[in-house]
Amino acid sequence: MSKEIITGAEALMRALKNEGVTTIFGYPGGAIMPVFDVLYDYTRGERKVFEHILVRHEQSAAHAAEGYARVSGEVGVCLVTSGPGATNTLTGVADAMMDSTPIVVIAGQVGVGALGTDAFQEVDLVGVAQPISKWSYQIRRPEDVAWAVSKAFYIARSGRPGPVVLDFPKNAQTGTTEWVPSRVGFVRSYVPYPVPSSDAIVRAAELINNAEKPLALIGQGVELGNAQDELLEFIERGDIPAARTLLGLSALPSGHPLNVGMLGMHGNYAPNVKEQECDVLIAVGMRFSDRVTGLTSTYARQAKVIHLDIDNAEIDKIVKTDVAVIGDCKVTLPAITRLLDKKRHTQWIESFRPLQAMEEEKVVRPAIYPEDGPLLMGEVVNAVSEVTGGNAVLVTDVGQNQMFSARYFKYNKKRSIVTSGGLGTMGFGIPAAVGACFGAPGRMVCMFSGDGGFQMSIQELGTIMEHRIPVKMIMMNNNYLGNVRQWQDMFFCGRKSFTRMANPCYAHIAQAYGIPYCAVTDRKDLHAAVADMIATDGPYILECAVREEDNVLPMTPPGSSVDGMLLEIKI
Amino acid sequence: MEGKTLYTLLVYSENIAGVLNQITAVFTRRQVNIESLNVSASSIDGIHKYTITAWSDEDQITKITRQIEKKIDVVMAKFYRDEDLYIRETGLYKLSTPDVMANPEISRTVRRHDAFITEVNPTYVIVMKSGRTEEIMSLYHVLDDFGCILQYTRSGRIAVTRSPQEEVSMFLCERESGEQTGV
Repeated sequence: MSKEIITGAEALMRALKNEGVTTIFGYPGGAIMPVFDVLYDYTRGERKVFEHILVRHEQSAAHAAEGYARVSGEVGVCLVTSGPGATNTLTGVADAMMDSTPIVVIAGQVGVGALGTDAFQEVDLVGVAQPISKWSYQIRRPEDVAWAVSKAFYIARSGRPGPVVLDFPKNAQTGTTEWVPSRVGFVRSYVPYPVPSSDAIVRAAELINNAEKPLALIGQGVELGNAQDELLEFIERGDIPAARTLLGLSALPSGHPLNVGMLGMHGNYAPNVKEQECDVLIAVGMRFSDRVTGLTSTYARQAKVIHLDIDNAEIDKIVKTDVAVIGDCKVTLPAITRLLDKKRHTQWIESFRPLQAMEEEKVVRPAIYPEDGPLLMGEVVNAVSEVTGGNAVLVTDVGQNQMFSARYFKYNKKRSIVTSGGLGTMGFGIPAAVGACFGAPGRMVCMFSGDGGFQMSIQELGTIMEHRIPVKMIMMNNNYLGNVRQWQDMFFCGRKSFTRMANPCYAHIAQAYGIPYCAVTDRKDLHAAVADMIATDGPYILECAVREEDNVLPMTPPGSSVDGMLLEIKI
Repeated sequence: MEGKTLYTLLVYSENIAGVLNQITAVFTRRQVNIESLNVSASSIDGIHKYTITAWSDEDQITKITRQIEKKIDVVMAKFYRDEDLYIRETGLYKLSTPDVMANPEISRTVRRHDAFITEVNPTYVIVMKSGRTEEIMSLYHVLDDFGCILQYTRSGRIAVTRSPQEEVSMFLCERESGEQTGV
């Protein structure tokens, strides 16, 4: 067989194709031009392999790749130039690292000969990306493209997923090499799926069998491990009430009888209080974020803690564990379930009800069924959720809009929430929703944001316009950076330092981008407007003029124990 | 360093540019100072060994070690107390030859401390001492009292474990047999 000699840029296309890539979010520039030149052929005609989505800012390329990955379970891909193109993606890289999202960022770089000379658009990308990525590597020669790309995808998607950054100097793009396909499925220094200790599994099952008040905390690990069914068998056999983290919301259907709500600072009252009362706490694929634990020194001190995680570095990081079960929860959950006695914890589960009723009365009903006053974020989210019936993908921005949507949106399907949890990146919503539309074609994608986050990525309306991306954007406008304003009211004597924000006329903006738009200012128009949005093909912007100074409740104030959660606040 | 222990981390990694940065970044993030650092090729082909000492407590050093081991190119990271290791450091003392000639007590001190004179010329004498930190420092203080030191330096710590098992070799063997069976 004759050898096939190709450029490094061509090798990149073939390597991406071999990894099953179909969608690339990118932005061209000087140092990545040889790749974009080859990409031209790979995106049209008979040779078409990829859909390339031209975003309007490289940060959005990374967030779109995240949105794509979160709903599809596949690796999101992002292609940008060197220097500013590369550094612009880094917020997305850090975000993906915090939220265990598999993306691969491929960035151009100046030629190897110019490295270290402060060449035009040169930045030490590997140096700056290393602390915030799962793996970063510079592909210095065309012959390294095939294996390095395959290794990047293997690392990004395996074990605890995360972002990988590939720095691709121009000489390696233009230089030629023999095409030798590569498939990396093993790296000797990297153990993505630790073999769980059978002793730990037995001890975990024993603790659960002896528990009278077990409580399961469900994290995104369940979704990442595709163990939603295994989770159901586990909690149903043990009759274990389960609360979900923000990122784990759709790992368990909202309506499941054992689902006791959301954890965290603005989560549900009952699970927060019950964390301080349970006798065995079973954390599954969650990392005890400070938003979940509140004050750690008082957190669940009475409970024996079982921690199931694929990442050994999470064990004992925040909460001391009695039994650590290290491994993929797709394996460890059924292994424990097999050893569980069939139990009923009726009394324990019933004891959640009065707390739920208190929250329902004091917080939920006033938030989603207000009788008078201005429109509220909670009722907007609830109205959209009712119409989509738990089948839509929820994408949120960050802030009050995120907490209200996380609290009041319902889920029947797995992989249905895309939000920036760990990093809390404002501006995440619109681009992540763009990615989610490509990652879950056929599913409705509802993106909730505030006026602040909307404007942080407003340029992506151009991307949405160009591709007619069918994202339903619900922008809840309170003319404030609402979450910070709430904290200013609560903890900074109401001194609203730079949180009031003048807004443009979004009707004009929507019109300029040719996106259907409707504004709701009056409660009586909400349901019709939502119905109209859902019935409209393609993108839609629904602007809701919501109460300016609304507060997210309940709330565990910072530095407080989780059972110090407040159902009402007096400012 | 109240309540803190000097721990030694032994880290093994692939020989790839940038691994040192990743390892030190785990310390930097928590603002833990690295007391000493030695990097060299290990006895295993293609594997580099890092010997790092830092003052810490067990809880913190456990987290640091796990976060280092989590790095993709790191093969293994473990922390040890001094009693688990055979430890050596080296001190080099550059002394003024006229001072050494003028005071025979200096040469006697060097011999008493089991140090070696490795080079002599009319300007300076080089003395080398291997041992533990305290021994090297102790010779330094004595020589300093004589006022004869022109330069002094102490190496980072190097250490081998006292355990009968060679954990890194075993781990790599296991990994490589795993690769063949597709695990």
